[in-house]
Amino acid sequence: MKKHRMTHIRQTITALALLLSAALCGCGSDKGVNGQVIVYNWGEYIDPETLRMFEEETGIEVIYDEFETNESMYPKVESGAVAYDIACPSDYMISRMIQNGMLSEINYDHIPNAKKNIGAQYYEQSRGFDPENKYAIPYCWGTVGILYNKTMVEEPITRWAQLWDEKYADNILMQDSVRDAFMVAEKLNGDSMNTLDTNELEAAKNLLIEQKPLVQAYVVDQVRDKMIGGEAAIGVIYSGEAIYTQKENPDLVYMIPEEGTNVWIDSWVILKNAPNKENAEKFIDFMCREDIALMNFEYITYSTPNVAARELIEDEDIKNSEIAFPDLSQYDNLETYVYLGEDGDYLYNELWKEVKAY
Amino acid sequence: MTSKNKWLSAPYIVWSAVFIIVPLGMILYYGLTDTTGAFTLNNITAIASAGHAKALRVSLLLSLASTLVCFLLAYPLAMILAGVRVKRHNFIILVFILPMWMNFLLRTLAWQTLLEKNGVINHALSFLHLPALKIINTPAAIILGMVYNFLPFMVLPLYNALAKIDINVINAAHDLGANNIYTFVRIILPLSIPGIISGVTMVFIPALTTFVISALLGGGKLLLIGDVIEQEFTRTSNWHLGSGLSMVLMIFILINMVLSAVFDKDGEGSML
Repeated sequence: MKKHRMTHIRQTITALALLLSAALCGCGSDKGVNGQVIVYNWGEYIDPETLRMFEEETGIEVIYDEFETNESMYPKVESGAVAYDIACPSDYMISRMIQNGMLSEINYDHIPNAKKNIGAQYYEQSRGFDPENKYAIPYCWGTVGILYNKTMVEEPITRWAQLWDEKYADNILMQDSVRDAFMVAEKLNGDSMNTLDTNELEAAKNLLIEQKPLVQAYVVDQVRDKMIGGEAAIGVIYSGEAIYTQKENPDLVYMIPEEGTNVWIDSWVILKNAPNKENAEKFIDFMCREDIALMNFEYITYSTPNVAARELIEDEDIKNSEIAFPDLSQYDNLETYVYLGEDGDYLYNELWKEVKAY
Repeated sequence: MTSKNKWLSAPYIVWSAVFIIVPLGMILYYGLTDTTGAFTLNNITAIASAGHAKALRVSLLLSLASTLVCFLLAYPLAMILAGVRVKRHNFIILVFILPMWMNFLLRTLAWQTLLEKNGVINHALSFLHLPALKIINTPAAIILGMVYNFLPFMVLPLYNALAKIDINVINAAHDLGANNIYTFVRIILPLSIPGIISGVTMVFIPALTTFVISALLGGGKLLLIGDVIEQEFTRTSNWHLGSGLSMVLMIFILINMVLSAVFDKDGEGSML
C-alpha cells in the first residue's frame, strides 16, 4: 500500500514536471516536438546555420553551450550540473574521460554517416586515445606547426631546431601552454610528446630554458595577430589558423617540422549520463553528413576528417591544400597527446612553471 | 542610531557575508587541504619553492617600483590640483578619471599595440628617424602598464589629503620664517601622510596581485605570483595550491593594511 502510494506520488510529480517542461519548452514555438539534444562544443566551432537546419529537419531542439578549453569543460561535465548529451573534447581529454567512465559507447548502426563519410585514417589516428574506436567520432583535426614570414627569415624554416637559432632572437613566438611547449622540445630531442621519463623531461625543460632569451613572447591566440602584423618572424601555431593568417598576410608560410609534431583530433562523444541518447546519435549523424560537414569546414576552416565533404569542396586550391589536408603518411614521427594522469599533469605543470619563472 | 537605521545596513551585511566572507572561507578551506580533503600546510609552504619564491620576489619588486613611480608622478599633480580654484578642479579630476570609464583590459591591450615592435610609437619614431623603442615584453613595459592603470588610485587620496590642509597653517609657517622647502618638508608632507599611505595601499595591492598586465605587456616571459595563482585555477585546476598561494599573498596585503590603519587613524586619506 505504502509502496503503491509512493508510485502514485511519483507519477503525479512526473506528470507535473512534464507539464511544466512542456510549458517551458513549448512557448510559442513548434521546436522540440521530438525532444531536445544538449550539445557542449568549443566556442566558434560550428556553423550556426547547421544547428537551425537540424532542428528543422528532425524537430529536435538543440540546446547549445560552448567552452573555452578542455580543462574548463571537464569539471563542468563531471559535476553533472548540466546533463549534456554530447561534447566535443580533444584527444587527451577524451582518454581521460574514457578512463573515468564518463563516456557512452557509440552504436555505429545508428550513426551510418560516421562510418560512411569519415576517413579510415582518422579512426586509425584516434586509436591513440580511443583504442577500439568505441567512444569518439572525429569532427575536426589538425597539426601544430611553424608559421613563418618568408620576408623575415634568411632560409626556409623546416625544423623545430631553428627556433633555437640565435639569428632569430626576439623574433620567435612560442605557445603559452604546457603540452604544446614541451612537445616542441621533446620532438626536437627525438622523444615522445607523452613521455613521463624524468631524464627526457629534464632535458626538454633545459632546452626550453635555453630558448627563453630568444623568445619574444609566450602567447596563445595572439600568435595569429602578431604574425599577421609582422611582429615576429617565426611562431608556433595550430594548422587551423594557418589558412586564415595566409589570407591576411601572403608572406606567411605554414609547415610541419621535420622532427615531427602533434596531430590533434577533436571528436564528438556521447556522455554516459546523456538524457537524450537517441537524439544525440541523430545529431552526430547529421554533423557527419557530407553537406553539413562542408558547411562547417567552410565556416571554421579547421580541417575536416569527412572525406565525402572534402570531395564536395569547389575551390581546387583548398581541396588540395597541403595545409588543410596534409598527407600524414609522409611523416613517421607524428603523435597524438594522451592523458598523462593526475601525477603526469602535475609533473609537466611544475616543470613548465620552472621554465616560465626562470 | 535608531534600530530602524540599523536595518538599512542589512543588505550590505548580507552582501559581505555572501560575497566576501564565504569566498574567503572557501579559500581558507582549499588552501589548507589537499585533493583528498585532508589538512595540509603544503600549499602554503609551496611559496618557498624556487619558482614560486622568484615569482613573489619579482612581483614585490615590480609593484614597489610602480608604486614609487606613481607616487613621484602623483604628488606634484595632487598639489597642483589642491591649489587650483574650486570650479576648475572638478573638471581636471574628471579628466583624470575619464580613462577609468573604459575597460581596464582594453586599455592594457591598447598599450600593447602602442609599444609593439611595429606599433604606433615605433612607427612615429622611425618617421622622425629616431631609434626604436624596445620595451614591449620587458619588465619596464609591465611597470608602465601598472603605473598607467593605477595612477588615479594614487592621485585621488593624495589630492583629498592635500586639499584638507588649512591654508592658514601654511601661511603661519611662512609668517614664522619658513621658506617653501622647509614648509613642504615640515608641514605639507607630514599632514599628507594619511593620503600617502592610502594611495600606496591602493596602488601596491592591485599591482602585487595583477596577472593580466604581465601577460599582455610582459609577453609571458616574466612570471608574477598573480600569474602563478591564475594558472593554478584556470589551467592546472589545482585550486588547493592556488588558494594556498593566495593566502600567502594576503599576508603581504594585511601588513600593508595594518600599516595604513596605524598611520591613517581617521580614514582621512580615503577616496573622495
